[in-house]
Amino acid sequence: MIAKTAGALLLGAIDRKAGAFLVALLAVSVAVPALNLALPPTHPLHVSTFAMALLGKYLCYALLALSVDLIWGYCGILSLGHGAFFALGGYAMGMHLMREIGSRGVYGNPDLPDFMVFLNWPELPWYWQGFDSFWFAALMVVAVPGALAFVFGWFAFRSRVTGVYLSIITQAMTFALMLAFFRNDMGFGGNNGLTDFKDIFGFNLQSDSTRGALFVASGLALGLGFVLCRIVIASRLGKILVAIRDAESRVRFLGYRAEAFKVFTFTLSACLAGVAGALYVPQVGIINPGEFAPANSIEVVIWVAVGGRGTLVGPVLGALLVNFAKTWFTGALPEIWLFALGGLFVFVTLFLPKGILGLIGTLTARTRQFGGRPRPTETAEPGPIDARVKAAE
Amino acid sequence: MALRFGWCGLLLAFLLGLAAPAAAADFESLVDALNVGGYNDKAKAVEAMAATGDPRAAPVLDALGAGLLFIRTTDKRIVIGRPKDGSYELTDAVSGEALGTAPESALDKIKVNNKVRRSISAAMGALTLRNPNPAVRRAAADAVFKSADSGALEVLEAALGAETDEGIKVRMYQARAAILLGGDGPEADKLAAVEVIRKRGDRDAMSLLLAVAAGTGAVAEAAAAGARAIERDLELWDTLQNMIYGLSLGSVLLLAAIGLAITFGVMGVINMAHGEMVMIGAYVTFVVQEVIRTSVPELFGFSLFIALPLAFLIAGAVGVGIERGIIRFLYGRPLETLLATWGLSLILQQAVRSIFGPTNREVGTPSWMSGAVELGPLLVTYNRLAITIFALAVFVLLLIVLRKTSFGLQMRAVTQNREMAGAMGIRTGSVDALTFGLGSGIAGIAGVALSQVDNVSPNLGQGYIIDSFMVVVFGGVGNLWGTLVGALSLGIANKFLEPVAGAVLGKILVLVFIILFIQKRPRGLFALKGRAVEA
Repeated sequence: MIAKTAGALLLGAIDRKAGAFLVALLAVSVAVPALNLALPPTHPLHVSTFAMALLGKYLCYALLALSVDLIWGYCGILSLGHGAFFALGGYAMGMHLMREIGSRGVYGNPDLPDFMVFLNWPELPWYWQGFDSFWFAALMVVAVPGALAFVFGWFAFRSRVTGVYLSIITQAMTFALMLAFFRNDMGFGGNNGLTDFKDIFGFNLQSDSTRGALFVASGLALGLGFVLCRIVIASRLGKILVAIRDAESRVRFLGYRAEAFKVFTFTLSACLAGVAGALYVPQVGIINPGEFAPANSIEVVIWVAVGGRGTLVGPVLGALLVNFAKTWFTGALPEIWLFALGGLFVFVTLFLPKGILGLIGTLTARTRQFGGRPRPTETAEPGPIDARVKAAE
Repeated sequence: MALRFGWCGLLLAFLLGLAAPAAAADFESLVDALNVGGYNDKAKAVEAMAATGDPRAAPVLDALGAGLLFIRTTDKRIVIGRPKDGSYELTDAVSGEALGTAPESALDKIKVNNKVRRSISAAMGALTLRNPNPAVRRAAADAVFKSADSGALEVLEAALGAETDEGIKVRMYQARAAILLGGDGPEADKLAAVEVIRKRGDRDAMSLLLAVAAGTGAVAEAAAAGARAIERDLELWDTLQNMIYGLSLGSVLLLAAIGLAITFGVMGVINMAHGEMVMIGAYVTFVVQEVIRTSVPELFGFSLFIALPLAFLIAGAVGVGIERGIIRFLYGRPLETLLATWGLSLILQQAVRSIFGPTNREVGTPSWMSGAVELGPLLVTYNRLAITIFALAVFVLLLIVLRKTSFGLQMRAVTQNREMAGAMGIRTGSVDALTFGLGSGIAGIAGVALSQVDNVSPNLGQGYIIDSFMVVVFGGVGNLWGTLVGALSLGIANKFLEPVAGAVLGKILVLVFIILFIQKRPRGLFALKGRAVEA
């Protein structure tokens, strides 16, 4: 019975477009490691380990963008603090990787990570207990960001903090966390963060095969996150979320408890961000408080805006595109990158409110109109009328 | 009157003339005594030399302590050596006459041990009590107070007799009291000493009294009571000092936030590039000062006054440009405005970085702003004082503009009811642009002030943006008074938390507090009431 319902839910959630995206994603996550491992470096189709690591990083960013899109695109909550959930997930994973190092650190202390030896800590603090186990760490990757988001959302949404106020306090949250993690006595490595990881599950993190496996894991996590978001959106819950986005007061007057839906979605989104962070850390080999910087969180929002918010596929594309551009610019023309990124913010908000996917949708709709059959766009942005209704409420 | 002074002078000269040869002979024998007998004799000679109060004693003792007092082997003369190019430049210890240079082999060092060194430092303290420079005398009196060395008593009393400066005299009495308290004089003297020390009322006095309070008897009890009284006073002063620091930080916050109170508070526009307007103001100051330095250096004292209107105009013009170019297309879409202006802030930062370089630029402080005023144990620097006054002046000016000018009236009309204002003939578009320009211009002049207390770098604005938003949101959007109260109370809260929790943790606590506060009062301290709120 349950399996049947779940199956129906899944089938209902995955339409043709979503299916195509999943197939493409699966193909990439298998093909890239295969091309890296199976082909000799001299082969023209060989994917270098560097490129694979880079792509793996982008996949994590894409999952982060997806999580932001779930709440911003569908629920109208603009979080400028999602980098905090990403970083918390990353720290949880980083703590496990630190424990994996064991006595192979610079100081060779079997019980304490290097930075604690350096700071003369007598023993492992209580909140580091349990991170020796991968599964405990994996639980924390989801639980810590989820719990923070739940508490934060519970307070914020219940007192109806909305719009820019919410954006600003989420930004204050990540800023406060950044300051906190910069402190040495927090016990998370302070300024330097956690780094110098050796292996995961006993596999060397530097080896190509481990990196390949991490790449596949990132691809799978992105795919699963996408399916999860699709299920949420396609269900009745998703309809209510969109309704909250477009006219929150009206939803409340109809008898729905808008804040409960918002808290749920916010928490789910934070968990997804945490998973993204956890996969990101072993691939880049470091996590430090810089990840909490408010600027990072705002950058995520622009990935979503570029791809097209409220589309799920859009943010993934946006994250990949913007990060490709960033890698290329910072390598070739580092002076220009901030101009380009800043310009992108302005350009997209002024001229591409629906992002690239929205543009493609409009263009195809126009060509089809010439063919005779107009097609309504799938997810409507809050149009001018909605905006006016919102203002009146 | 003049006649009497003349007489006094004559008399003094006469006396000095009589005394001088005797003193010289005396001093010479004392210097010679430095080289005879054991270390105990040397220490005695040092003390005797200090007791003379002779101005020549200080350099000799200084040299002795540093191991630079020698006996020239050729004529057994005691000389002071100053190392130069591997040999020593010699001066006679008694007459101060220059004696040329000599290699180390021609000199015998006069050796000292720790006992002698102690005598030397006590003696130096006593000698500096008679120094012609009042600041040195004052420091010397304080040094004696701290050491409470009974050996210094005699010199101290002599110095007291000669002292003319009332403030230093008080210090010397306190030093004497410290010595008496540690000695074995009659109880009444000690009780009087406790009273004198209690009046001093600083941390040194407290620790001195606490040390005495450990004993028993009437003196110990009086000392304990005195220490408690001082502690109470000190706490009061600490609170006051924290208040002053807090007000100073609060006025910096006020300056940074007050422009935002217009763009965000009155217009409802989220301007993430607000911090960059502050940065532009700071760089305007830098450029103005550079120009002044190279062409008219005598105007440097006025550089800030020249920079103020320029910063206002330039930042204001940039603001008008932003409003006309970007923000007016985004009214009613606050989240998009936020993103677009964030992008703009990145562009402005990078532009400044490309033009002026990524490093800190030095902005000078005019001489009238450097220095500090002491109010009892409180220290208030002039630049902080100037910024506090300036912030309040800007606040009052802005209040007048909003309340008493026709531009302010139009501005309020447009923000309250755009259609109706338009129907009454107000050109809403240009009012929008000018309002945004006003907010940005004020951010610009805030930058001029902040260039005096912060590093002028492309990241200057970034540091203020979150704080400014916190101030505006905490105080209540759309309310200038709220911004004032918000800025000052956040500043004071920060400074009171700092000693308890540390600077970073204090800041985190304030942020957490504001986050919780917004849950409780989503519209801030001084919320606007009525329909305008929901729009």
